[in-house]
Amino acid sequence: MIAIIHILVLIGIIITAAFIVWQKNLIAAAIAFAAFSFLLSIEFYILQAPDVAIAEAAVGAGVSTAIFLIAIWATHDQEAA
Amino acid sequence: MSDCMSKLVRTTADVMFLFITVFGFYIVLHGHLTPGGGFQGGAIVAGGFILLIVANRLEDFLKWFQKRSFQSCEVSGLVLFIGTALAAIPLGYIFFKNFLNGAGGLFGQAVPFGINSGILNTAGTIPIMNIAVGIEVLGGLSIIVLYMTSGIRSHEEGE
Repeated sequence: MIAIIHILVLIGIIITAAFIVWQKNLIAAAIAFAAFSFLLSIEFYILQAPDVAIAEAAVGAGVSTAIFLIAIWATHDQEAA
Repeated sequence: MSDCMSKLVRTTADVMFLFITVFGFYIVLHGHLTPGGGFQGGAIVAGGFILLIVANRLEDFLKWFQKRSFQSCEVSGLVLFIGTALAAIPLGYIFFKNFLNGAGGLFGQAVPFGINSGILNTAGTIPIMNIAVGIEVLGGLSIIVLYMTSGIRSHEEGE
């Protein structure tokens, strides 16, 4: 059972990572990065590192997503124009 | 950035801020028993403050919390950490000695032998240093995002 969840989490990590790279909309890419980070913290928990999982969920999915959003708001999108 | 988010997002952020803060301080206070500790709990509490910064206008946030309070959080956390480490020297021990462990006072209860469910009032100076690191990380991570948001505003006004 845990092996199936593990494989599903790994597939989800690959899908979200590819989505971040190929997505043109920067806000959607930032939110996909938060989903990637959340799946990575589940992977850390499965690999028996709950301490790293909490740090990854707090810093990766919380703080860095907010920093990316503020940076996107502060700049202009030249590729879409 | 000049306009804030919708009322739905702002209300959800205001309600969730309390629960995120309580959960973060729970992680800090149980740092010596369960996974987590000062950095993880402080990052969770700072995530609650950053949620408020992103959801609301900057002027509204600065009406509720001042920048100086986050700066004093950071400084007081560092002073508490190094003060706890230095307090062992006048008592006759070496630097960073865990002088409260087993002394019977604050966080000084002895751990019973065998499997137990985890007693909060143990481990000596380790919970105090966890609290110090938690306060310091909460001030530091919040003020990074706060100064970043203020930098956007002053840059737009300068143009």
